Amino acid sequence: MKPRYAPYFFLAPFFTLFTVFMVYPLFDSIRLSTYSVRGMQNQTFVGLENIERLIADPLFWTALWNTAYFAAGSLLLQLPVALALALLLSNARLKGRNLFRLSFFSPVLISGVFIAVIFYLLYDRRYGLVNRVLGSEIQWLQDPDLVMPALVLAGVWRWAGFNMVYFLAGLQSIRQELYEAAAVDGAGPWQSFVHVTIPALKPVIAFVVITSMIGSFQLFDLPYVLTEGGPGNASMTMVMYLYKHGFEFINLGYAATIGWALAVIIGVISIIQVRLFGVFREN
Amino acid sequence: MRNPVRTTITYVLLILLTVLVLTPLFWVVSASFKPSGEIFSYPPTFLPQDPTLENFTRLFQEMPIVQYVVNSTFLATSHTLLLLAIATMGGFAFAKYSFRGRGVLFAIVLASMMIPFHLVLVPLFTLLYQFGWLDTYQGVILPYLASSGFGVFLMRQFILGVPSDLLDAARIDGTSEFGIYWRVIIPAVKPAMGALSIFGFLGAWNEFLWPMIVLRDAAKYTLPLGLASLVGVYRQEYGMLMAGTLLSILPILALFLAMQREFVQGITLGAVKE
Repeated sequence: MKPRYAPYFFLAPFFTLFTVFMVYPLFDSIRLSTYSVRGMQNQTFVGLENIERLIADPLFWTALWNTAYFAAGSLLLQLPVALALALLLSNARLKGRNLFRLSFFSPVLISGVFIAVIFYLLYDRRYGLVNRVLGSEIQWLQDPDLVMPALVLAGVWRWAGFNMVYFLAGLQSIRQELYEAAAVDGAGPWQSFVHVTIPALKPVIAFVVITSMIGSFQLFDLPYVLTEGGPGNASMTMVMYLYKHGFEFINLGYAATIGWALAVIIGVISIIQVRLFGVFREN
Repeated sequence: MRNPVRTTITYVLLILLTVLVLTPLFWVVSASFKPSGEIFSYPPTFLPQDPTLENFTRLFQEMPIVQYVVNSTFLATSHTLLLLAIATMGGFAFAKYSFRGRGVLFAIVLASMMIPFHLVLVPLFTLLYQFGWLDTYQGVILPYLASSGFGVFLMRQFILGVPSDLLDAARIDGTSEFGIYWRVIIPAVKPAMGALSIFGFLGAWNEFLWPMIVLRDAAKYTLPLGLASLVGVYRQEYGMLMAGTLLSILPILALFLAMQREFVQGITLGAVKE
């Protein structure tokens, strides 16, 4: 092998898989979304009918609303929690630091299915730990108004430790002199947090916000096992709705259309966030 | 930490939060050893009053749990090995060669990290149908590897740090390009491969939706799939569900504890550098 061909040889495995299993399917899903596909052998061209149906489909909008609710909840609740955990752990002289960090991180190691099982038990009306601590008999997962907040809380428990690790790394990369300079200028802890910590963390915050958004919009396993999208459709998410049409109703054309809607929404949100944070501006 | 009040508050908060995070996990362990009557006792017992292995024996008797563990291990291991090969090769190409199209190809890798895998579930399914790969492990593993862009990026970051002199010295000695990859690059980036293998293993071990779509035969199920089917049948059998949950967490926890340092190093590299 000549050295000039070597890089292409080394890149071939990734780009082959990426082309066959990502690029081609992305284009194929454009084709599929213009067909009514009922089973593999039964495809009829329907043009834009799937898109018209999607826009008029109230359940799609419910799923979108629920997914957006979860994403917003994660952003507003989970990320501040993650940042707070990182701030608490940021002192290198803290005793038991590794142990605390490992504890906060441990939920990340667990599959969503098992997290769902755990929270199924925690949220039980009579025997669940949550109600026992509160001394209540709230039906967290059966009340349409409470089911999404309950899922957001489960999401906080699951992912806060993961994002904490990013914030922690970001905090450690802030030079100590910046804080000293701020202290000389008479800044208190709050002021140095706002004027030193937050600006220095901006790239990390951007990264975490964008990845958690993309992750939140793919929410599936938690509601699938925990509530099956219920009660009614109060916890139906977009990927669940896609799954239902594609693999339960075997309506692949419509499912592909939902997939594209999801792609467009995630794309738009990512672009807005990239612009807001100015992530790639320096490069 | 010179301020004793602040130190105390920090520790109190940390301990409270740790309790909050670990209680559900403690509950899992405790419930796995409780007889079914005790899980529903009132007031609740924190430690099992009458510890039993009944949940575990029933789990092994009524479910092919050993089969699930074997399947999950096989699937996650093959995924991880392939991911390591793809990512180190790709990362090596981007870090140590200049070639036509490098900028564009690298931009594609970065963009691929933003594409959620779940978007292409439906067209992937029809593709696997055409390949005749439904209900096969290659059908689960290979499409999932199309999302290896993160691994390629991560390995590039590490391989950039390998001195190019080492490569040139090997070339003068007549080592082939593949020989350089195998005998110079791979040994130099072993710690980074440790980080990436935890990512890969964790992802494949825990993935639920994609294997659920591809696999039909229950004998091929992974642990999450097996447990999810158990949830349907045994909604009220919390003890068994908890025992199954505990069994599936243990291997991943052991792996994580063994490689914690590499993992934290790897997880943060993507976010902080560049």
